[in-house]
Amino acid sequence: MCSILAMACNSSGCESGSCGRDKENGRSKVEEVKEESVCLKCKSNEPMKFGDGGSDDGRFCADCFRSNVYGKFRLAVTSHAMITPSDNVLVAFSGGSSSRVALQFVHELQVKALKNYEASRDRSLPVFGVGVAFVDESAAFPAALSGEMGDAVAWVRSTVLSMSPPEKDLHVVPIESVFALKLLDSVSDETGKEDLLLHLKMLSLQKVASENGYNRLVVGSCTSRLASHVLTATVKGRGYSLSADIQHVDARWKVPIVMPLRDCVWQEITRLCHLDGLKTVELARHPQSGINDLVSSFVALLQEENPSRECTIVRTAAKLTPFYFNKIPETDDSCVPMATQRRLKKFNLKYDGSMTTEAFCPICNGPLNGSDSSEGYHESDNTLYAACCSSCRFQILPQDRSSLEHFGSLLPHHMVSQAKHHQKVDSQTYLREKIKDCLLMDDEEAEAV
Amino acid sequence: MEKGEAKSKKPPRLCCICNERRPVLKRPKTLQQCFYEVFEEEIHQAIVKNRLFKSGERVAIGASGGKDSTVLAYVLSELNRRHSYGLDLFLLSIDEGITGYRDDSLETVKRNELQYGLPLQILSYKEIFFMFFVKALDRGAALLKVDKLVTGHNADDIAETVLLNILRGDIARLSRCTSITTGEDGPIPRCKPFKYTYEKEILIDWFIVVAGIYSPNAYRGFAREFIKDLERLRPRAILDIIKSGEDFRIATTTKMPEQGTCERCGYISSQKWCKACVLLDGLNRGLPKMGIGRARGGGVNGVDHKKETKAGSTVKSLESKQCGSLDF
Repeated sequence: MCSILAMACNSSGCESGSCGRDKENGRSKVEEVKEESVCLKCKSNEPMKFGDGGSDDGRFCADCFRSNVYGKFRLAVTSHAMITPSDNVLVAFSGGSSSRVALQFVHELQVKALKNYEASRDRSLPVFGVGVAFVDESAAFPAALSGEMGDAVAWVRSTVLSMSPPEKDLHVVPIESVFALKLLDSVSDETGKEDLLLHLKMLSLQKVASENGYNRLVVGSCTSRLASHVLTATVKGRGYSLSADIQHVDARWKVPIVMPLRDCVWQEITRLCHLDGLKTVELARHPQSGINDLVSSFVALLQEENPSRECTIVRTAAKLTPFYFNKIPETDDSCVPMATQRRLKKFNLKYDGSMTTEAFCPICNGPLNGSDSSEGYHESDNTLYAACCSSCRFQILPQDRSSLEHFGSLLPHHMVSQAKHHQKVDSQTYLREKIKDCLLMDDEEAEAV
Repeated sequence: MEKGEAKSKKPPRLCCICNERRPVLKRPKTLQQCFYEVFEEEIHQAIVKNRLFKSGERVAIGASGGKDSTVLAYVLSELNRRHSYGLDLFLLSIDEGITGYRDDSLETVKRNELQYGLPLQILSYKEIFFMFFVKALDRGAALLKVDKLVTGHNADDIAETVLLNILRGDIARLSRCTSITTGEDGPIPRCKPFKYTYEKEILIDWFIVVAGIYSPNAYRGFAREFIKDLERLRPRAILDIIKSGEDFRIATTTKMPEQGTCERCGYISSQKWCKACVLLDGLNRGLPKMGIGRARGGGVNGVDHKKETKAGSTVKSLESKQCGSLDF
């Protein structure tokens, strides 16, 4: 019987199930079809071609690509309780692609929250607040930036304005508001100068955040940026404090820092900007010839050789033990929804919570290794020298001890006070947290009696 | 081959052996064919008189591809057959890994293999050195009851290893790779292996790293260049990398290889067989590349005996299998 059907079904579309050849034809037809003419995920839309020579080009359609990146953002936010309904979030915006995407995603999250709020009957969950901070570094690079900065700020302002409702406040922070410009001149090491500037930038962000009532600082650091940081930290002898810098949450600061784009790579971010027409501004700096630049070139080279290298680097570093402050602190604050509190508790169980540090470097705020601080320390030594980590001692502090006093006076007051504040308060808070199950509350005790 | 003496002025004689044909060679006054016989017979006599071989022995003929080894290969295989030595003969050639230099000779040796029916083993000199060095180091240290061994460690190499472990995601090795360094105790800090008998394997890995014997430059290219540039910018960065490596907060529960003993030689090994034994075994079985690739399914330590990685691969990649036993 099959022979008649076999003759009839020379075409590949044969439906007669009994024909052995049908399967063959069917299979070969599938093989003929080009691999990526449909999105690999939804299998319906045409894949997006970015033509940037990067990996995975032409595999996903625009929608799936976008939802993939946004999905990573949202997963990071929810699983680390980065942004909860009662929060007031400040987004650090530099004008670059990464922070542009962070701002965009936070905005979209807020829009969604607003929609839900307006749709809900009891209006129980408030919409979190969002502000934007832009640090004006032109004072530090006078020759290079002064001209462009005015335009850049205007552009930032209009961008933030366009992102409402909900409305967002913009805070333009001049970096010299936290330190005396003479300070940078006192640093001879090129890399040290760059790093000090980064620390000062963070300080100014912290300042504007706490002064304006924000309780979260969103930083747009992506996987690629963190990969470079892993290597720069390693080559600067900062292996101990490295794990503190690369987690999703960094709560050693007064206003905890959250990094919702930590799991997104640079390529995804630039592609998304291209896809959605997100404009960015790249401010020209004076050529950086220090270690930071060397490392980013190295990482770029490694990426060419293997596009997943950045991820591997960050994944390796993620295996280092984080610190107790690498999570949003649990709180008994009744304003925080129960769901959030439960999630925090569940998440925090993962950390081994062994606190091995009580001190932080006043300049970089890095947790100090026990052996570090005692290195070469004498009673008569300058207290600033003794308090700093070995990396800051080498690349930031002046090499001759006599200038140390003067240098210390130039440092922002915040740097020293921030460290002290943290040292005192959080170690206590932390200890209390650890033993609270064993503690009897006052009223409990009374009842027992 | 001995050169003949100057031709005598006497009238042409006959071959002193067969007395029939014209002599070709003055000394030993034989014709070509007879020369061969005499030549080979002399060698046979030398072998027998000096009891060079025992029946059943596995004998490697050092084959350089030159005339000496070609002749040797031929003669030995001939004698082995003719006089039934009962030897398991094979050609052993060394590949120094310098392309162009050895290529022609190796071709010759390969031809010898076909011509004389002798199996051919090609080893890189690095592999040889590694195996013998490992054994020598072991035995030497045991003999001298050494508690510590000082090696000419180069901080660059340790720094490079730290970096490579980060780049390759090897957290287990990352936690160990600086553990045998001592603190700085002089103006020029030297890194010394500290606990020889305890971390023997790491030591051996280290020494090879340091000696740079095993690692083809292509494998280390990226990291090495970066380290050099880094050193130029900030010389102390090399030591800072090592410091970072020592300070990394790595959980003690990170899976470390258990310390056991090698079933074959009894020395410390994290696997069933120590690396030296794996390599030697591979050599004995005619699979010199064994133990060089990463452990795969099957085999003693999980090494797939069928798979061999190509020596001299110049892929500039951190995943290159060349240094499997020295994977960072």
